Amino acid sequence: MHIPDGYLSPQTYIPLIGVFVLAAAVAVKKVKNEVSARNIPYLGMAAAFSFIIMMFNLPIPGGTTGHAVGSAVIAILFGPWAAMIAVSVALIIQALIFGDGGITAIGANCFNMAVFMPFTAYYIFKLISNSPTSKARVSFAAFISGYLSLVMAAILTAIEFGIQPIIASTADGKALYCPYDLSIAIPAMAIEHLFLFGIVEGIITAIIVSYFLKNEPGIIYAFRKGAKNENR
Amino acid sequence: MLSGRGLRMKIDKLQKQILIVLLLLCLITPIGILLPMFFNAGDAWGEWSARTLKELVGYVPSGLAKYSDVWKAPLSDYSINGADTSVVHQSGYYIVSGIIGATVTYVVMLIISRLIVRNGK
Repeated sequence: MHIPDGYLSPQTYIPLIGVFVLAAAVAVKKVKNEVSARNIPYLGMAAAFSFIIMMFNLPIPGGTTGHAVGSAVIAILFGPWAAMIAVSVALIIQALIFGDGGITAIGANCFNMAVFMPFTAYYIFKLISNSPTSKARVSFAAFISGYLSLVMAAILTAIEFGIQPIIASTADGKALYCPYDLSIAIPAMAIEHLFLFGIVEGIITAIIVSYFLKNEPGIIYAFRKGAKNENR
Repeated sequence: MLSGRGLRMKIDKLQKQILIVLLLLCLITPIGILLPMFFNAGDAWGEWSARTLKELVGYVPSGLAKYSDVWKAPLSDYSINGADTSVVHQSGYYIVSGIIGATVTYVVMLIISRLIVRNGK
């Protein structure tokens, strides 16, 4: 899901850089109020976790590869705003040092995996989990949250790929950037995430959220009342 | 409150365990190159190189050709030496890349968080 350089037109990647910068500015303000200094080590670990989990490429036999992102579990445990910053740090380092995801596509990749995905995950989790009393329901909510948020982020990425032939083609019909249109990009990205990568994201999310619910329930952002001004 | 307590890192038992798990995960990252190899899976969708894309659609889109090499990453593809064809060597490079990347990410995130979060109570 890391869009490389050259696949997005400037008409796509420049606005997405703008949207990401704005979102990050809001995130800084929110995190300032929401996160206590005690939880800072967790945020570092969350970012590192996201970095590492994305290295586990999983194969569609004979086809493509993909991976989990970790945005869902980070959003549930530490809030979507903190998740936004943590996953963005991982994505930007992946682009700069390891060439995974393009430099011009940093805004798009951060928007898809670090802005859209944690918020989607967080609200799906809140919608289904309700309260921390039923452990089974929390696990289920965490699974669905990870599963659906990754699938939806993949579809969003596919839309960005798929609109390129419409935006920028030469007179003889050759694409300037991503050559595949929506009718190819969306099914391709949706199916592989629906059948494999999304399930993995869901399982990881469910396991880690359940572990924290059992061992450190007090820090779970999604269950803190109003999720603000935690005890300091 | 003003004594700079926020700059001192206190790591509890659970956090220590998480760091150990993260290190262990780094050590098994080669699964991420061995599994795709075993199941004969290639690039992620939409992440093909210009050369692979030419094989797929018959041409390299001109805008893509212009941008695709705009950045030369120091550890491109999580490898120290992309030309090395040894699977064992590449697995080693992958682990090293994982440890470097995770450590840099961890430290950068700690620094950013400390700058954002008000001095620690």
